[in-house]
Amino acid sequence: MKEFVANHKLFSLYTMFVLSVIFVALAAPWLAPMDPYAGDMRNVFLPPSSEHWLGTDKLGRDMFSRLIYGTSTSLFMTICLVFLTAGLGAAVGIASGYFGGRVEMVLMRFADMMLSFPGVVLAIAIAGIMGGSIINTILALVAVSWAKYARLVRSLVIKLRSNDFIVAARVNGTKTFTILWRHIMPNVLPMVVITGAMDIGTMMMEIAGLSFLGFGAQPPTPEWGLMLNEGRQYIQTAPLMMVYPGVAIFIVVSIFNLWGDALRDVLDPRQT
Amino acid sequence: MLVTVIGVSFLTFCLTYLAPGDPALMLLEAGDTIVSQETIEKTRKEMGLDKPFLVQYGNWVAGAVQGDMGMSYSAKKPVTEKLAEGFAGTLLLAGVTVVLILLISIPLGIFSAVHQNKLADYLVRIFSFIGVSMPSFWIGLILLYIFGLKLGLFPIASASVTAKGIVLPAVTLAIYQSAKYTRQVRTVILEELHQDYVTGARARGLSEGTILWKHVLPNAVLPLITLLGMSVGWLLGGVAVIEMVFSWPGIGNMAVRAITMRDYPLIEGFVLWISIVYMLINFAVDISYSYLDPKLRKGVRA
Repeated sequence: MKEFVANHKLFSLYTMFVLSVIFVALAAPWLAPMDPYAGDMRNVFLPPSSEHWLGTDKLGRDMFSRLIYGTSTSLFMTICLVFLTAGLGAAVGIASGYFGGRVEMVLMRFADMMLSFPGVVLAIAIAGIMGGSIINTILALVAVSWAKYARLVRSLVIKLRSNDFIVAARVNGTKTFTILWRHIMPNVLPMVVITGAMDIGTMMMEIAGLSFLGFGAQPPTPEWGLMLNEGRQYIQTAPLMMVYPGVAIFIVVSIFNLWGDALRDVLDPRQT
Repeated sequence: MLVTVIGVSFLTFCLTYLAPGDPALMLLEAGDTIVSQETIEKTRKEMGLDKPFLVQYGNWVAGAVQGDMGMSYSAKKPVTEKLAEGFAGTLLLAGVTVVLILLISIPLGIFSAVHQNKLADYLVRIFSFIGVSMPSFWIGLILLYIFGLKLGLFPIASASVTAKGIVLPAVTLAIYQSAKYTRQVRTVILEELHQDYVTGARARGLSEGTILWKHVLPNAVLPLITLLGMSVGWLLGGVAVIEMVFSWPGIGNMAVRAITMRDYPLIEGFVLWISIVYMLINFAVDISYSYLDPKLRKGVRA
């Protein structure tokens, strides 16, 4: 452990940052000084003060508390999205790479179709038509992002398939599922994890973008993209309202981008 | 490629078919009048909504091929007309943005690659890192606040296409995209600089400038065109968020409004349109390859 930290100083530092973000997200109810939903119409658009550290929004809700709670919303949505996307993509990739033939043809056709189309456009259409909600946003983004992972995993599996240890397992009569789970899966996992980690930042911004358009989290949920949209309407009277959520997104996305790059360097030193 | 167009349009058609709400009712109610059940039934029949799903899709495709994508519910105009209107704005915005992207990222990327791991390289990398980590719509809002509201240099909302109105949205998009593109240019140039032929050229005593302009750049053009093609496609897809921030009359802005108003023919037309544009861009990129790469050119002729 000590040695690892000494050898990977930057990665360890960024991991600390990531852990702090997760801590803020989990401990939001204890860290936030006030209820993020409790409005007070007598105290709207207050400037920052000792009571309201970052002031209040259009309903008199405490900005700082909403930002803290926003960390959990954003992080929770992003983590669900990354896991679902990577999981679905990996499953499709393994299936088409290992079985080949018609399965592969159909699945890859489908993947190519998704890849040759601007994902965000389709995600907006899907989320918009199904109605904006946290779950629909995640599903819409999963639907447009899985193909990249499927392609990646498939190419890895095709390389693995003809390896001796797979052939040996098959000759021994190992069940197909066991081969996939015990022999193929562990070999593709590192690449999937690297790609997933590097995508966290982008996905977080896509979620914020959809919420900003009104196709994501709905009011009164404390979500950064939505808060930016609410702030936008008061750009003349209370410009600070749109500054805070943007800064929050910027900080957290930066942390995850740095961490993703560092993780790639640690797990896959060839690519540096 | 055509499969993509058909597949994506089918997918959207399914979605709008399954979506809640009755299009006939929506078309009629837009006028704030109460409509009888009979009129609804009649309109449904006129619109062909009583037919089975696949027949509806077939009719729609048949119309689309002839350039008729139906009427927009909200605007009471043909969808093609609405799309053309929106696309003109988006095309202009995308054009200006691409010029800006090229002007910013090609010099920065090359400069940064040539001075790898020196101060200048770090500065460029920090710029591009900050650029990719900031949500583009936030950059837009900040620019809007500073240059639109505080300094009053540019209009806050541009309902029509004006020279002044295009500055802020184009700069916003250019900042975001060129941050990405600078990185890619840097990577591509660095890769080329590490090739054997560069070492060979150096050994022959060619100046660094000659090597860069005469040997490295022509080789780097191909991957850069692919990446630029992706950017252009992304821009033409209507950067809904940015267009909304600046109220730019583009296709993305139109799509968002269509979705909020549940204007299904317009949404379907939009998605179909984007998939066609994407197809054409990929095609153009492929063709430019055979012009730019002598190897491919020979291959075609042989």
